[in-house]
Order: sequence, then structure tokens, then C-alpha cells
Amino acid sequence: MIEAEKLTKYFQKVAAIEDVSFTVEKGEIVGFLGPNGAGKTTTMRILTGFLPPSSGTARVAGYDILTDSLQVRRRIGYLPENVPLYTDMKVAGYLDFVAEVKGMERRERRRKIGEIMEKCRIVEVQRMLIGALSRGYRQRVGIAQALLNDPEVLILDEPTVGLDPKQIIEIRQLIKELSGQSTIILSTHILPEASMICQRVIIINDGHIIAVDTPENLTARLQSSAKLLVTVDGPADQIGAALIQIPGVLSAEAKDRARDAVVSFVVESERSRDLRREVSRMIVERGWGLLEFRPADMTLEEIFIRLVTKEEQEVRE
Amino acid sequence: MNVLAMFKKELRSYFASPIAYVVLIMFALLSGYFFYSLLTFFSLNSLQASFNPAFAQGLNASEWIVRPLLRNIAVTMLLLMPAATMRLFSEEKKSGTIELLFSYPIRDWELLLGKFLAALALYAVMLGISLLDVGMLHFFARLEWGAILSGYLGLLLLGMAFLGVGVLASSLTENQIVAAVSAFGVLLLLWVIGWSTEAAGPTLGPILSHLSIINHYDNFAKGTIESKDVIFYLNFTILCLFLTLRALESKRWRG
Ligand SMILES: Nc1ncnc2c1ncn2[C@@H]1O[C@H](COP(=O)(O)OP(=O)(O)OP(=O)(O)O)[C@@H](O)[C@H]1O
Ligand SMILES: [Mg+2]
Repeated sequence: MIEAEKLTKYFQKVAAIEDVSFTVEKGEIVGFLGPNGAGKTTTMRILTGFLPPSSGTARVAGYDILTDSLQVRRRIGYLPENVPLYTDMKVAGYLDFVAEVKGMERRERRRKIGEIMEKCRIVEVQRMLIGALSRGYRQRVGIAQALLNDPEVLILDEPTVGLDPKQIIEIRQLIKELSGQSTIILSTHILPEASMICQRVIIINDGHIIAVDTPENLTARLQSSAKLLVTVDGPADQIGAALIQIPGVLSAEAKDRARDAVVSFVVESERSRDLRREVSRMIVERGWGLLEFRPADMTLEEIFIRLVTKEEQEVRE
Repeated sequence: MNVLAMFKKELRSYFASPIAYVVLIMFALLSGYFFYSLLTFFSLNSLQASFNPAFAQGLNASEWIVRPLLRNIAVTMLLLMPAATMRLFSEEKKSGTIELLFSYPIRDWELLLGKFLAALALYAVMLGISLLDVGMLHFFARLEWGAILSGYLGLLLLGMAFLGVGVLASSLTENQIVAAVSAFGVLLLLWVIGWSTEAAGPTLGPILSHLSIINHYDNFAKGTIESKDVIFYLNFTILCLFLTLRALESKRWRG
């Protein structure tokens, strides 16, 4: 659905993005993850035809963004970063204008706008001026206008930024519901959000893509060691010493002490070795209570920081 | 169809903001005042003419009221047209709505034409208001409607050229004040350029006179429609709109 090929964009002499290539399959939800200034918005603007790339090209819904911009624009829905809407228009009137520009017949427009206002839960504000809406409702109207032409590809630039936690959850839910009909690419710098809604994550930093994978694979790929989280009921120092003595254990770190006798350890081992049997047997044999025992995954947040810093180290070397 | 959607939206925006009302009210006030003072001057002269039949020969309402009225309206437009066009693109750029607009399946010329026609419609309303005054005169004096309608056609064409300059200025900046002031400056310059034709010498003089945006209006005012004047205004407008299109494109290229 989206094939970006070596997209590069220079502003004056500075590259905002360089050699950005990726593909998004039909029906996927892909997250564009990166810190401020990474080039997320620039990439999305290129995909929508607002900015032309300095070099490289992309195909969206089967059409080239440079030569068939109009065909591309018929098939996309776009929510720009700051949700720029006409503040002097009423919600329903605005949606009617967008639907007309998107080429819908009058009768079809009526039906579709009603349906989408319901889906985005903005029916009750339809007679209000957009300028008078709260941030959350503006965001919903922004999403509603993107959906009007049943777009094959939805491009959402930071759809949940500036919303309160309850609204964030609702908007995420809405995006998930939409994934049935459209291919979605969304940008965010909130990591849990990417792992929560996206099937695949593209991590971009400083204009370069540094990793593309599923959230789970990214986690797995970056763990050079396996970690276990063990919560034990017993004397902390003795447990720590005993864990270290198991062959293959690299480190055993006490994490937090909820009550005096209950301690959590993060046990790190070489990646190839599975030490779950040894660890659990040892604890049971010593007569301590094994309260919790699970693999401690690296959070996407940790990966992200690692990826970004690793890349910077490489550049320095 | 896209042009129509854009046109309706833009017209609605005009009347959602105070701009349309201010422009229309100022116009009604000014043109009403011009009409009233021309009318009193005319009736004073008619009174005198009733004692002097020779003088009465040259006295007719078309020439004494309508023609100067239309000329004064043209002057007013120097000020009101930039005000009517200043927000058309500047505001979209400033608020960022142009990013969404450009992501819709609408061609650049369609959205330009929609906006231009909306401004033209506002102008047509103004001309309609002034036509009310002139129509009233119809019941009291004999009017040469041919010359009057030709004068209105000239005003319409002149207004289109004014709007063209205004739209172009608006597409070049995201600041509405800058758009209005520069459009006004350019229009005024194109107007006064005709005043210096005699001083400019035999080669430059005719060129300046041809460029002068108001000189082409004179024939319309006298009641003769000449194709060279019509073509001048149409070409001028099309050139402005063409340059606007280029400005929109380059806005896209530069980001
Ligand atoms: N119009 C522009 N002119 C000059 N530089 C620009 C322009 N737009 C973006 N840039 C630069 O390009 C780089 C990438 O910006 P971009 O907006 O794509 O980042 P982003 O990933 O969307 O960041 P954020 O999370 O803050 O939205 C930045 O360094 C920015 O300064
Ligand atoms: Mg951004």
C-alpha cells in the first residue's frame, strides 16, 4: 500500500530525512516512532503530496506521489500534526465541505457524514463552531474529515498528542476499529502507544530509519542477554549470593523490596542458556517461597533509547 | 464541482467574518454619499438651467451623476478590493489549513478559481448596491442606459483586475496586512502611472498609458466597448491568476 523509496528531503542544505525506505502492507497499522525533529512529519507530508521530496519517490495505494498526486490524494485521509481546521466553520458544515471537495454526491454526503460523526462521537457538537471546540473534539473532527472518503490509506500525525488519558484511550480504540478498512500509518513519540496499537514499528532518528520490526521482535532482537524476574520470600542477601552461584548467571540484582522478607531479583544470563529450571529448583530446595517467576522483557522504551544511542556511538566511531 | 465547493466555502467564510460586512457597509456609505452629493449638485444646476435654456442643452443625468459616480466607485475599489482579497490565501497559510487543503483531491487551479469567484461575487454585490441608487434615478430623469451598462461592464472588468492583484499578493505572504498593503500599493501605482504619460516622452508615454489600469476604463465610461480594453483587463487578470498558481506551486516545493 505504501512503498517509500529512498526518500530524501533537504531544507536549505540540511537533510530533514535521508534515504528513508519502507513498505507498508495492505491492512497493516504501522507506527512511525522517533524523537522530536526526527523527520516523522516531513515523511508524512511527502506521502500526502504537500512537500515534494528532494530525491526518491513513493507509491501510495498503487500510484506515484509525484506523477499521480491527484490519484493518491483521492485515496488517502490525512490528519496533520496540529489539526489545522477552519475555526470559523461549524462542524457539520465543515465536514460537508470536505466531503464535497473529496468528490461525494450530495445524498451520499448526508449519509456518510452522519455515519462518521457517530463513529467519531461528534454528533452532539455538530452545530458548534470548530473554533469553540475543546482539543479532544477538534482532534475527533480532524479524524472525521480524514475518514470521509473511505480512504485506503490513513496518515495520522501524532493523533493522540495533547489529549487527556481518557481521550487517548478512546482515540486509540477508534484507530484500532478503523484498521479493518484502512491501512494506517501513524506517528508518535509515545512508545507504549506504538507497541499497543501498531503491528509494526518504524523507528526513525535524525532523518534515518534505524529499525523496522514488530514490537515483540524488536524486543527480542535487542536483548543480548535473557532476563528473568524472580520474586522470592526469604533473606535478601542470602538469596542474592545463591543466585550468583548458579552456573551461567551473569548477575542478580535486587530490584525492590516490598516487605522485609519479599525481594524481587532480575537475573541476567547468557542469551543461549535457559536457566529457568536451575533457578527455580535452587530456590525451592533452599526452602524459600517462590512468589513470582517470569521473563523480564525489555520495554520498547529501553530499546528505543538503546537504538538511538547505539546509532550515535557508531556515528562517532 | 470542486470549484463550486470551494466557492461556497469561501463565500460562507466571508460572511462568517466581519470583513464582508465592513467592506459592504463602507461601500454602501461611500457610494451613497457620492450619489447624494452628485445629485444635489445636479439639481442645483438644473434649477439654474431653467432660467437659461442654452445651458440646459448639455445637462443630462447620465453624464452629470452616473459617470462620475462610477469613477468614484473605481477609486473606492482601490481600497476595498485589497481588503476583500487579503485573507484568501494568507489565512490558510498562517493557520496551516492549506496543508489539509492540499491533501484533498482538488487541483490548484480549481481552488484558486473558487476563491477568486467568491471575491468576485462579493464585488458583484457591491455593484448591485450602487445599481439601486442609479435605478432610483431612473424614475426622475431620462438615463442613457447603454452608456451606464457599458460603464458597469468596465467597472466589473476593472474589479477583476484589482482582485487578481489582491489574490496574487495574498498567495505570496502569510500576513494579511502585508497582502493588503502591497496590493493597494501596486494598484495605486498602476493607476497613477497614466498621469505621467505626457512627461514621459514619445516612446515611454504610450507604454505607460497602456499599462495604466484606469485609462482602459475611460472608453467604457463614455459608452463605447472596445475589444482592446476588454482584452487588456482579461489578460491582466489571467496573468495575475497564473502567477498565483506558480506561487502556490512553489510554496509546495519549498515547504
Ligand atoms: N519547513 C521547514 N523548513 C526548514 N526546516 C524544516 C522544515 N520542516 C521541518 N524542518 C526540519 O526538519 C527536521 C524534521 O522535522 P519534522 O517536523 O519532520 O520532525 P518530527 O519527527 O515530526 O518531530 P516532532 O516529533 O517534533 O513533530 C527538523 O530538524 C526540522 O527543523
Ligand atoms: Mg512532527
